[in-house]
Amino acid sequence: MVKIGVIAIQGDVSEHVQSISRAMDILGIEGSVITVKKVKDVENLNGVLIPGGESTTITRIMNKSGLTEKIRKMYAEESIAIMGTCAGCVILAKEVEGGEVRGLELMNMKVMRNAFGRQKESFETFVDVKGLEEPYPAVFIRAPIIEKVWDDCEVVAKLGDKIVGARQDTLLALSFHPELTGDHRIYKLFFDML
Amino acid sequence: MGKKIELEELRHGTELLKRGFAKMQKGGVIMDVTNAEQARIAEDAGAVAVMALEKVPADIRASGGVARMADPKKITEIMDAVSIPVMAKCRIGHFVEAQALEALGVDMIDESEVLTPADPFYHIDKRKFKVPFVCGCRNLGEAVRRIWEGAAMIRTKGEAGTGNVIEAVRHMRMVTGSIKHLAEMDDEELYILSEEYTQSYAKSAEAILGREIDSNTPVYGDYLYDDIKEEIFGILKEIRKLQRLPVVNFAAGGIATPADAALMMQLGSDGVFVGSGIFKSSDPEKRAKAIVEAVTHFDEPEVIAEVSKDLGEAMPGLDIKSLEVKLQERGW
Repeated sequence: MVKIGVIAIQGDVSEHVQSISRAMDILGIEGSVITVKKVKDVENLNGVLIPGGESTTITRIMNKSGLTEKIRKMYAEESIAIMGTCAGCVILAKEVEGGEVRGLELMNMKVMRNAFGRQKESFETFVDVKGLEEPYPAVFIRAPIIEKVWDDCEVVAKLGDKIVGARQDTLLALSFHPELTGDHRIYKLFFDML
Repeated sequence: MGKKIELEELRHGTELLKRGFAKMQKGGVIMDVTNAEQARIAEDAGAVAVMALEKVPADIRASGGVARMADPKKITEIMDAVSIPVMAKCRIGHFVEAQALEALGVDMIDESEVLTPADPFYHIDKRKFKVPFVCGCRNLGEAVRRIWEGAAMIRTKGEAGTGNVIEAVRHMRMVTGSIKHLAEMDDEELYILSEEYTQSYAKSAEAILGREIDSNTPVYGDYLYDDIKEEIFGILKEIRKLQRLPVVNFAAGGIATPADAALMMQLGSDGVFVGSGIFKSSDPEKRAKAIVEAVTHFDEPEVIAEVSKDLGEAMPGLDIKSLEVKLQERGW
């Protein structure tokens, strides 16, 4: 039985909860998914998901409530899996450009916020993701770009010459929103890290 | 991997992107600001977006006259000051103000009753735009019509600029109550309701044409009465099934305290707009932070109690009965 928690401070939380439940059904994985707002909610989790939303808002409350510290500790001690999409990708990065965000700072990558521009530059397209046979339908909303990765952080998705997905150990960062397309294949990559 | 980005492969301005943008705002607070300094305070406090305005609704109410889209220079200053999304308001039906705001690059347009309406017959055809729109509603009928017109997000209207939450509560209860009631309706009853909801387009067309219309009369742009009715029927079936609106639904109009914000969340809002409530209070910074926390922890009374301590004076409120102009009555 796996237990996944979706950080529910702000953003498209219910979309992730539904997508994870659906992916579990499709893939035949036994487990549950809960929403996380407080430190006590993360006890016994195998995986944490950080949704899309505003990274400034989410980090502010994660830091204040002690969630940032607690999740960093759980990763260090138990190697829990963590996946971040869009804002979640920003929160996972050690270095952030384009705004004051100090999140989990776990992944060896530098992320540029709103790198494609404002909402009118938001777009849908298909991207190739390492580990998936067919291109993945990706939704980019005021999305970040991973400008560079170093050491054990590895590129897993690219759009032309731009990095839009990276993986390090049991951490997965994506600058797009799998929770909006309902394609379960990305969640399989996440479950494989548990 | 390594495939080059083909520009034509990138699809912009789709329904998924518009509604998706609104979904990223969920669980957040969108704050009215009138300058770059206020925008930075809002961002630091944890606002998910700011609404760029010349005046907050309380001042619009006090000054009277015609309220229009804000000066684009002011909006640009605010866009340059913060990294979070910036929204701006246009008048109901004023599609040229909306075009200008889209050209400016705002992230979302609020077709708002807080400004003076520009068209006595029609709201903007929002599907013609790539930028997403949010629109106000007092009840399910208004919400459904705005969604049919292409709104990517709905907010209940409340009564802006009053610091009085009663109208926000009224409108949220009317929307959620009506949605619950849909569950008890069969297709035939739902079809009758879609006919009722389509009447407002028929009335506008009749007023313009000076005669009665039939089912094949264009009543909104090129859209025929019957086609609108069928599509509204489709939206109502989706709402009945989801038991919520198919787009994000925020509360607005009169929210002044952390407890007000949490009240709207417990009543089913996806987030809140705070207009005059922050920058008309004695300590905007502290109040803004408190409202942001109250929205995240809306169902934890101990948090609401804690963040409500020592916030200074809230904005002075207005009794709805004393109002000469009710902004909520704009739009239909």
